[in-house]
Amino acid sequence: MSKTKITAEPGIPQIVITRDFDAPRDLVFRAYTDPQLLVQWLGPRDISMTIDRYDVRDGGRWRYIHTDPQGNEHSFHGIFHGTPSPEAIVQTFEYEGVPGHVMLDTTTLEEHGGQTLVRTVSSFQSVADRDGMVAAGMERGVVEGNERLDEVLAKLQAS
Amino acid sequence: MTADRLSLVFGALADPTRRAILTRLTEGEATVTELAAPFHVSQPAISRHLKVLETAGLISRTRRATARLSHLEAEPLREVTTWLARYQRFWDESHERLDDLLAALQAENDSPGRGTADRARGDDDEQD
Repeated sequence: MSKTKITAEPGIPQIVITRDFDAPRDLVFRAYTDPQLLVQWLGPRDISMTIDRYDVRDGGRWRYIHTDPQGNEHSFHGIFHGTPSPEAIVQTFEYEGVPGHVMLDTTTLEEHGGQTLVRTVSSFQSVADRDGMVAAGMERGVVEGNERLDEVLAKLQAS
Repeated sequence: MTADRLSLVFGALADPTRRAILTRLTEGEATVTELAAPFHVSQPAISRHLKVLETAGLISRTRRATARLSHLEAEPLREVTTWLARYQRFWDESHERLDDLLAALQAENDSPGRGTADRARGDDDEQD
């Protein structure tokens, strides 16, 4: 079962992602904000990531490029709002393949009993943006197995 | 699938009774009476749920004699789960990689000099 929980409520232009990590908060925060560490984990394994800029400060810009095994490049950029801290990393996020559709991400890190709960709330400009843009932005050559319908339904039931 | 259609499907799936109806329909077509049987809700309420599922394209309905039969239409569900699966897979895989990285960084902190996470070198000069 997946440890990463993704919630996409109907009619609300948001996606909430939560995940527990077996590490102290400061370390998880470093992994989220140090570009040298970020390139080692953000994105599926078959994708290579290049950071163009990553200026972790209030008003600082970031931009990175994901290259899939077929050589297709997908670039993303945004700006940090407020000084990023474990209490809140607030940033805009724009997929350059669909310019003008901007997301606002707020990530909070909470430590409890040696574990860190990371919660990211992504707010889209509209429900249509969420449904359409996420599909476009997440293409990246990801091929999923053909899940059997009853398994899918069982999962929906359990959720 | 258009975004509007996706929203309709999401809306239809948001209700536990409707998800249970879909699960029942994976076993084969059923009448409203049959679908209502496991639930503590009236047949008109079930009919309303069926209408929502039909509008979302998740079921189709046909008549046989006096009974109205509902059938599962798998395609929209497949599309919506593909959409979610892509997003889920992106984050699952990223977070698994982050698990590995965090473990390596912690091992390095526990035993300095052994350098299990060479890739992460250069972080020591950062002030926390």
